[in-house]
Amino acid sequence: MDAARKRKLRDTLTAYAFLSPYLFIFLVFFVFAFGYTIYLSFTKYNLLRPPQWWGLEGWRRVLTNDLFMKKALPNTFEYVIVVVPIQTVLSLILAFAMDQKLRFRRLFRTIYYLPSITSSVVISLIFIWLFSPIGVVNQIFNLEINWLNDVRFAFPTIMMLNIFTTTGTLMLIFLAGLQDIPEVLYEAAAIDGANKLQAFWHITIPMLRPVIFFVVTVGVIGTFQVFDQIFVMTNGGPLDSTTTVAYLIYKWAFRDTTIKMGQAAVAAIILTVIILIVTLIQRRIIEGGGTTA
Amino acid sequence: MAVTVPGQAAARPLSFSDRVVFVWDRVNKYVFYTILILWALIAIAPLYFTLVFSLKPVANAYDPPLFFPLPFTLDNYREVVSSFDLFPRWVLNSVIVSGVVTVLRVLLCAMGGYAFARMAFPGKNALFVAMLITMMIPGQVTLIPNFLVIGPGIVRDLEIGGVKIPTGFGLLDNLGGVILPGIVTAFGVFMMTQFYKSIPKEMEEAAMIDGLGRFGIFFRIILPISRTQLLTLALLTFQGVWNEFLWPLVILRTPANFTLPLGLQWFKGEYYTLYSIVLAGSLFNTLPILILFFMFQRYFVQGIATTGMKDV
Repeated sequence: MDAARKRKLRDTLTAYAFLSPYLFIFLVFFVFAFGYTIYLSFTKYNLLRPPQWWGLEGWRRVLTNDLFMKKALPNTFEYVIVVVPIQTVLSLILAFAMDQKLRFRRLFRTIYYLPSITSSVVISLIFIWLFSPIGVVNQIFNLEINWLNDVRFAFPTIMMLNIFTTTGTLMLIFLAGLQDIPEVLYEAAAIDGANKLQAFWHITIPMLRPVIFFVVTVGVIGTFQVFDQIFVMTNGGPLDSTTTVAYLIYKWAFRDTTIKMGQAAVAAIILTVIILIVTLIQRRIIEGGGTTA
Repeated sequence: MAVTVPGQAAARPLSFSDRVVFVWDRVNKYVFYTILILWALIAIAPLYFTLVFSLKPVANAYDPPLFFPLPFTLDNYREVVSSFDLFPRWVLNSVIVSGVVTVLRVLLCAMGGYAFARMAFPGKNALFVAMLITMMIPGQVTLIPNFLVIGPGIVRDLEIGGVKIPTGFGLLDNLGGVILPGIVTAFGVFMMTQFYKSIPKEMEEAAMIDGLGRFGIFFRIILPISRTQLLTLALLTFQGVWNEFLWPLVILRTPANFTLPLGLQWFKGEYYTLYSIVLAGSLFNTLPILILFFMFQRYFVQGIATTGMKDV
């Protein structure tokens, strides 16, 4: 073996040495895990006995399961469809207001980020108390709503909580995006006789497209997986009105009286496929062809 | 005869949108301030009320006055720290998990990122693309196998030729099981790769001529110059792990082994009637992150703005 090849081999080994911890985690907790979830989806597995081959029976059961098809799936979509647009628009408006070089911007920024640093569990515990029938919210607004035990209000309350906690984070992303738009573009537009409204539609929004795609993607991926808040606040109730796919996966795999790992795996695969498809579709819509993120 | 005012002669007639802008310019400042103040009130209200009521006696957990702690007491905090033996344990567990994960993740992500950014090796592109794909995959889809691998094992009681072969780490109900899958993440490696691609090559080349090997270069040159990035990654990691819920929930079983968020959730179930104490405990959970945030606000903001992730 000549010296050059020897050196190349040594370089490769060094590179893999640097990467080895990552590769170990990647292979065990992603590649293997992903494959094993697919395998489990074709089995019946309750932890007590080894997985038994079940073919498509698990898939059939999940796809005809009322809790999954009529509650978890529609609830999850409803959650995404309500929460993502509201938090995106709200954070964009706030970022735009923050970008106006007004006074106290730093103070506002700090305050806006506060909800994001509190853990989902802590903020859920706080919301349980705020939204209890005799809680602060009902007292301030003089209401008599049993927020978390009423089918009409439980899910919207959790949606509010989600919007409340993520808007600040998304605002920071938008603000960075706004500040990245070169000032010369606005100056050039002003010289061409464009007013502010036109500048907003023809410069700000198009320049912000990649950021909008990013914020919506982060939002979609996050909301499709909503779990913590539901686990802490409602346990999927009342009457399964807050049961989401992520919650159901946990319930089937770890909580139910009869553990259904196989069917939980089916639900997890369906959730993954949905997230991938929705991300791709919204990329198409936001990018509108042509440009790439 | 048309009267022409000098300077306006060439102006176009005001369009509707020009007029909207004209009015807008007069009021926009007030509109923006109103928006900012309204959201500030919403953002701060829950924590404010939590603080107020954590300073009121347990019996007054739902009573007015709402806006200031009257009657005032520090009993809830005293109770949390001294009467519940488990509480200090949860704090300790959370510190251990978050601390160990943060240190390892920063180091291992930097190593991985350096390899991707600066070394040539077969399989590099495929591995990089695979890494990007894993970032898209939701945690639920790997949750069950990861639980099996960490805990009971994929195949239980596997024996080959009379020798028991473990197929899991046996770390169920153990802090190590919470730590292990988080010690390095695709996102962290990706973030460090992007950063190392942007630094000039000259320094490394000079060091190589001086006879420093790859590991020497990494530890003596690369790590020190990426302090800012590493700190950003460390802060986002610490915050994410400190607040993590689903994975510890799956792995930890006995209350003494719980991390703080898990403990608080359990605590709520056990002491539902003592909500003021739950509130005091909640603020305890928030405090360390709050302190870190005020100390390193710039890095938090930078990290969030560039990565968009609270949990990396």
